[in-house]
Amino acid sequence: MRLCGSELACQRGGREVFAGVNFAVAAGEALAVTGRNGAGKSSLLRIIIGLLRLAGGRLALEGGDPELSIAEQAHYLGHQDALKGSLSVAENLHFWAQFLGARAVDADNVLDAVGLRALAALPAAYLSAGQRRRLSIARLIAVRRPIWLLDEPTSTLDAAAAARLVDIMRGHLDAGGLIIAASHAPIGLSDSRELRLDQTIASRHHVAGVQR
Amino acid sequence: MIPLAAVVVRDMRIAVRVGGGALMGVLFFLVVVTLTPFAIGPDLALLKRIGPAILWLAALLASLLALDRLFSADHDDGSLDLILTGRAPLELVVAAKGLAHWLTTGLPLVICAPLIGLLLNLDLPAEAALALTLFVGTPALTFIGLIGAAIAVTLRRGGLLLAVIVLPLTVPVLIFGVGAANAAIVGPMPFGMPFTVLCALTLASLVVGPFAAAAALRQEME
Repeated sequence: MRLCGSELACQRGGREVFAGVNFAVAAGEALAVTGRNGAGKSSLLRIIIGLLRLAGGRLALEGGDPELSIAEQAHYLGHQDALKGSLSVAENLHFWAQFLGARAVDADNVLDAVGLRALAALPAAYLSAGQRRRLSIARLIAVRRPIWLLDEPTSTLDAAAAARLVDIMRGHLDAGGLIIAASHAPIGLSDSRELRLDQTIASRHHVAGVQR
Repeated sequence: MIPLAAVVVRDMRIAVRVGGGALMGVLFFLVVVTLTPFAIGPDLALLKRIGPAILWLAALLASLLALDRLFSADHDDGSLDLILTGRAPLELVVAAKGLAHWLTTGLPLVICAPLIGLLLNLDLPAEAALALTLFVGTPALTFIGLIGAAIAVTLRRGGLLLAVIVLPLTVPVLIFGVGAANAAIVGPMPFGMPFTVLCALTLASLVVGPFAAAAALRQEME
C-alpha cells in the first residue's frame, strides 16, 4: 500500500496556503508534516481525508481496497476529540467503534492500551485534555484501518502518554499501516521522514522576489 | 445498519441525560399549553375551538428547541468531521439523527397531549384525534427542521436563523394538522381529507429532509 500526493495545492478563503507539495508514504512508513503555524499542516490532512477540496494536484492510493475511498480506509485524529461529555468513556468508545464499522470491540483491552480502563464508567465531561486525547486515540486501536492521519497527536499528552502513543504508532507501522502526522514537535518515531511545508512556499516567494 | 443504530442510540442517550433537549421540549410544551387557559379566561367554548391550534403551535415551537444543537453540537466537538468522512451514507445518518430527535422530543409530546388536552376542554374522542394528528405530523416538523439545522450548523447563534428558515416551511403541516383535529372535533369537514394530506406531507418530508440536510452539511464543510 502506498499513498502518494503529487503537486498538491490548497486554497483557504481565496488565499493560497501551499502549492506543489509532493509526498509518498508506503506501508510501514511514517511521514511527519512540519512547518510554521498556518503553513497548512492541518489543511493537508483535511485534504487527504476529504474534508477540504483539493485546489490542484492529485492524490492516489495504490494497493488499497479499490471498493473504498481513501477516507474510508483512514482514521482522522483532528484537533477536536469528537467526544460527548454526557456519555461515559466506554460509551464514547463503543459509539465510534460501531460507527466506524467494528463488529465487536474489546473495550477493556483498548482502554487499557491508552490507560483509561479504570475510568471506563466516568462521563467524558470529567476527563482532562490529555485523557480526552487518549480516548480519541482509543478509537484508532478499536477499529483497524491502514492509514492514520494524526493532527498534533501529542499536543496535550504528558511524557508517559506520549511514549505510549509512540508504542501504539510503532505497532501500527509494524502491522503494515502508514502514518501521516502533522506536528511541530518531533513525533518520537526515529525513522519517520519529514515533509516541511513552509519550504515550498518560502522558495516560491523567494523566486518571486528575485524576479521582481 | 450498525452505524445508524449506533447514531440513534447515542443521540437518544445524550438527549435524555442532564443537559439534553428531551425534557426541555416537553416542559416547554406543558408550560405553554397550561398557561393558555389562564390567559384566555373561563370561556370553555372558545378554549375548545382553539385548543387544537394551541397544542399544535406549542408542539411546533417545542420541537424547534432542541433542533439548533442537532448538528452544531457535532460540528463543535469534531464529531461531524468523522460523520462526513464515514462509510455510512450521510443522508441515512442525518435521517437516523432525525429519528432520534423525534423519539426524544416529538413522541413525548404525542404521549402527553391527551393529558394536557383536559386543560383545553377537549373530550376523549377529540383528544384521540388530536393525538393522532400529532403522531402523524410531528415527524414532519422534525424532518423539515433538519434542513434548517444543517444550514445553520456553522453559525454561533443559529437558533434564530433556524426558526426563520424552518417555520415558514412548516405552515402546510400546521394548516392540515390543525384542520384535521378541528374536523374531528367540530366538523363540518370530514376528518379524512386533511388527515390524508398531513400523512402525505410527512412522507414527503421524510424523503426530502435528509437529502436536503445532507447536501447543506456537505456545502457548509467546504
